[in-house]
Amino acid sequence: MRSDRSQSAPLGLKIAAACGLLFLHLPILLIFVYAFTTEEKSFVWPPPGLTTQWFAVTWNRPDVWQALSLSVRVAAISTTIALVLGTLCAAAVSRTKFFGRETISLLVILPIALPGIITGIALRSAFALADIPFSFWTIVLGHATFCVVVVYNNAVARFRRTSGSMIEASMDLGADGFQTFRHVVLPNIATALLAGGMLAFALSFDEVIVTTFTAGQQQTVPIWMLEELIRPRQRPVTNVVAMVVVLVTLLPILFAYYLTRDGDQIAGSGK
Amino acid sequence: MTIAALNANPAPAILPGSGGLRGALSDLFWRRPQLLLLLMLLPPVLWLGIVYIGSLFALLAQSFFSIDEFSGLINRQFTLKTYGDLLQAANLDIILRTVTMAALVTLASAIVAFPIAYYAARYARGRWKALFYLGVMLPLWSSYLVKIYAWKLILAKEGILTWLLAKLHLLWLLDSWLSLPVVGGNSLSVSFTGTFIVFVYVWLPFMILPVQAALERVPGNLVEASSDLGASPGQTFRNVLFPLALPGIVAGSIFTFSLTLGDYIIPQIIGTSRLFIGQAVYSQQGTAGNIPLAAAFTVVPIVIMGFYLWGAKRMGAFDAL
Repeated sequence: MRSDRSQSAPLGLKIAAACGLLFLHLPILLIFVYAFTTEEKSFVWPPPGLTTQWFAVTWNRPDVWQALSLSVRVAAISTTIALVLGTLCAAAVSRTKFFGRETISLLVILPIALPGIITGIALRSAFALADIPFSFWTIVLGHATFCVVVVYNNAVARFRRTSGSMIEASMDLGADGFQTFRHVVLPNIATALLAGGMLAFALSFDEVIVTTFTAGQQQTVPIWMLEELIRPRQRPVTNVVAMVVVLVTLLPILFAYYLTRDGDQIAGSGK
Repeated sequence: MTIAALNANPAPAILPGSGGLRGALSDLFWRRPQLLLLLMLLPPVLWLGIVYIGSLFALLAQSFFSIDEFSGLINRQFTLKTYGDLLQAANLDIILRTVTMAALVTLASAIVAFPIAYYAARYARGRWKALFYLGVMLPLWSSYLVKIYAWKLILAKEGILTWLLAKLHLLWLLDSWLSLPVVGGNSLSVSFTGTFIVFVYVWLPFMILPVQAALERVPGNLVEASSDLGASPGQTFRNVLFPLALPGIVAGSIFTFSLTLGDYIIPQIIGTSRLFIGQAVYSQQGTAGNIPLAAAFTVVPIVIMGFYLWGAKRMGAFDAL
């Protein structure tokens, strides 16, 4: 048992931590109130009245549905690509030491370490040079590139905790490479991959900076929102969409958390 | 399970090879691990190498072209003229403004993040630990635009912040802050202060997580030993906690710094009309059609982040990611 378990925190630290968490959460809660406001033209607080009519209005907007469908399709395919590439890379980097190993991990981190606008404009100018017209696939190309790192990070962390001796034991007991992967490696990393995949999905679903450069005329949900932020057409509809987006992204995050939490308790996973 | 049941199905000491193509492949990979490694690395390296590094170089190459000022056409000949344009006072202003903002945002995020990370790492247990973790993860993964939108609601002149300050009879404080030269403006949503707050808010979770990861690795008895040896809490923080948390802070600052350098949406929605690097890139490549200058502008954050990452790696920040 660790000796620091019974201590309680200094009051100042408690207050600072609580204020920090409130700072993180209150703005998002505010969105929920504004979704019900009767005020159409301004952001006045407190709301003059509450109504649910904007939900019906939003439900009947085809542009919102189109954006949602495009976002989901892009996120699904980008996540699949990122899962394959990220896992391969993580397995290679964590299992063996080889020349250029550090460079590989840098290469994976680079797309999110460099500002999104650089990725975006680099892709756009490459598409222009290669005469590739904007399409569904140009969006996917950009999204998959920066989603790899999320899967990679999750998988690498899990590979580090999975002791190599389990793989050796499996081989010693007569399993071939594929059986070892199927019965030993995969169960160990499955929850990390699922969590990484969920986070990659959320990342892609939410991405706006790279998308503005690779989407052409198509609208994903974030692009739709950006358009509304710059040139507001119907503020209440934006409020409702914002609230729905918060709720929709909440679920995969909670689920990803649930998965990785259990993953820490896999027997024999060691340190 | 009884011993009899275990003995009922004794496993042979040496299993027959699984045979076929699968067995052959498995054996091949076992004998030649380098081949397996190569096959595993090839797809991700090809993807990132071609799609990402390829387009990055295509972009960099264009920064050595120049634009013909009369025709507006791009002159595809090697020149350093575009980089010369970058050194004009107006453009240097943009770079300086962005770097200053990124540094301030990083500093503020580190200060706000530390108590949360420290509490979560050292004091939170069981259900509270989970709550803290989710409390950071949920805002991190909530939609970026929704978060900006929430601040537009908060900082608007008719919004909740003005209302709250009016209730507390503190409006004079807001007004005198807004009348200051650089940080002020007509309302918070069109001032640098607003931009700063939103940047800190949006990138804060990126700082908390690595700092918490670094602090988790500090054994609790190290802090106790420090106070047993007579250090005040301040001294313990300066000489024990802070140096051990530093790789985490540096890892977090990679995100806060880089994300602020390249963002063009936050200052566009909440901020003044004075440009940041991201906005300059966006307007140069879009409305102005000056791709070479836009490309040269993107080189600035790349160079800054290059040095930053190099330094961070030397400090061991990548292990804290």
